[in-house]
Amino acid sequence: MSILEVKGVNKRFGGLQALGNVNLSVKEDTCHAIIGPNGAGKSTLLNCLVGKLIPDSGSVVFDGQSVLGRKPHEINQMGISRVFQTPEIFSDLSVIENVMIPCFAKRDGAFRMHAYEGVHQEKGIIEQAEAILADVNMLDKRHMHAASLSRGDKRRLEMAMCLVQEPRLLLLDEPTAGMARADTNNTIELLKEIRKTRKITMAIIEHDMHVVFSLADRITVLAQGTPLVEDTPENIKGHPKVREAYLGEAQV
Amino acid sequence: MFGLSQKDTRFLFIVIALTLLTPFLLNPFPTDSALAQFNAGYPALMQRFAIYGLMAIGFNILFGLTGYLSFGHAAFLGIGSYAAVWMFKLLSMNVLPAIILATLLAGLFALVIGYISLRRSGIYFSILTLAFAEMSYRLAYSVFTPITNGETGLQLNLKDPRILDAAPTSASLPVPSLFGLEMNSSWTLDLGPWDFTFNVGYYFCAVVAILGFYLSLRIFRSPFGLMLRAIKSNQNRLNYTGLNSRPYTLAAFVISGMYAGLAGGLLAAMDPLAGAERMQWTASGEVVLMTIMGGVGTLMGPVLGAGFIKYAENIFSKINESILHSWFSWLPDGLEDAVVWVFARFVGEGWHLTLGLMFMIIVIALPGGLVEGGQRIARLFRRKSEDAPSATPAE
Repeated sequence: MSILEVKGVNKRFGGLQALGNVNLSVKEDTCHAIIGPNGAGKSTLLNCLVGKLIPDSGSVVFDGQSVLGRKPHEINQMGISRVFQTPEIFSDLSVIENVMIPCFAKRDGAFRMHAYEGVHQEKGIIEQAEAILADVNMLDKRHMHAASLSRGDKRRLEMAMCLVQEPRLLLLDEPTAGMARADTNNTIELLKEIRKTRKITMAIIEHDMHVVFSLADRITVLAQGTPLVEDTPENIKGHPKVREAYLGEAQV
Repeated sequence: MFGLSQKDTRFLFIVIALTLLTPFLLNPFPTDSALAQFNAGYPALMQRFAIYGLMAIGFNILFGLTGYLSFGHAAFLGIGSYAAVWMFKLLSMNVLPAIILATLLAGLFALVIGYISLRRSGIYFSILTLAFAEMSYRLAYSVFTPITNGETGLQLNLKDPRILDAAPTSASLPVPSLFGLEMNSSWTLDLGPWDFTFNVGYYFCAVVAILGFYLSLRIFRSPFGLMLRAIKSNQNRLNYTGLNSRPYTLAAFVISGMYAGLAGGLLAAMDPLAGAERMQWTASGEVVLMTIMGGVGTLMGPVLGAGFIKYAENIFSKINESILHSWFSWLPDGLEDAVVWVFARFVGEGWHLTLGLMFMIIVIALPGGLVEGGQRIARLFRRKSEDAPSATPAE
């Protein structure tokens, strides 16, 4: 069954039709990639899913509930986590504090006035945070300042922050953009492992075809704000329409 | 102990000891010596150290943790003062109801002002808070004269009802007290050439300030404090992590407003007057300077900054040309006049110039404020004592 249903979504910025009648259905426990050339509307679509943008028309339903009009933190609390193009972490805090924040969000909800308890007394939260850091091989770096991490470690940390919330759907916005080949492969391995060990549905926006074909079960090709085709990776590879959209952009 | 880690408990005890020993620490020079004018251990100034220290501690919860720079906290200081004086006029000269009402009323105003101002962040938030404080100041000065007594300021009067107190027996105005313990009573200890003054008002302010410091320490170390630091670091990420930043910032704003109101109430408890100028934007700017000078986001910094500015204000401003002449009398005549002329620009009425220079030096050389200066000195000593550099980062 599908966990995310996007139906007839339109979004216009002035004279530009960024999204035109987009339909998308992400099945539970799959990795669904959304690809397309620059300006195809991939990021706009993602922003409509997380509450940053509100579509002009259409519906976005997650797990039977509409997400339209909800704030980003409400949508996150419903079970959608997001990984950004450049890792968004709390750079002024330590690595473990970065992971403890989503632990608190998971346990206490969007707001709780817990001003009198000490963080050092929250044994359960600390254990939970250390466990997830061990999972992404960062336990030895837990007291480091997050700003001093390498780019790859920042991505790992961000991933850990999302995973610790046990989201139903993980949205990844070009998770390997600007990465060296080795880091890209590391990220692919990390994502594959996450898919294997946790039953998390993923929707991934990506430019790098190597990443897409390593991970995706389904692929939607977006061009000029409209989905061209949706199919399995094997069928997408040779699809003439896709070749047309990507002509001269990438070797598909 | 007290729900704190061992390190923090030790820190708290050091702060308590320093606060209680202030009458000694600030009076290092014998009373008759030439340096006695640098002594700061007299009641009015010590009270101000504690009160403005308390205000800066509260301000730091907002500015230091969340990064929201309010330019309107003087409004809460003024509201606290007016509330306290009204309690003295209507209810009782006991200081407790006065400072409680001051805190609550300031919290109420902070809720309203914060709710509106926090719709914006960054410079727009600062401008909104500044606008609210200026409005409060102008209103207190003019429209609200029946409540604030306008430019004269709100004062006590023998004919005030004071329903809980006995009818006045003397013709002089009553003094704020804590269950009969009058705030302005002092006891002087003569110790050889030194005089140490122990003032009830100072110790009352000191106890309140210590409680305020303890509370701020708890907030700094709490999950709530962690969220506030996360807001400063990356609000976008916080929202996409399922946390609503708005109530967090509002709570921080209200808490810091209540600290300011409490400080205002204490000011009135030490000297039962309240004037509109307490709400002026310069007063709002002062607490910003205190926090930045001492060290934004550090626990001790704001208190140090408050002490530093109040010391400069009260000590440098009292040095006049004749004192300078007595210092430089050993110089040849012409040179003495020239040197005294130069120094005179920086003291007396020109003390702001000294403050400005110090502020510039601190901001440029020590962006982390006085606390960073202290840490650098401590690190220097540590490196000398042990050859291997210590790996633990300074807090």
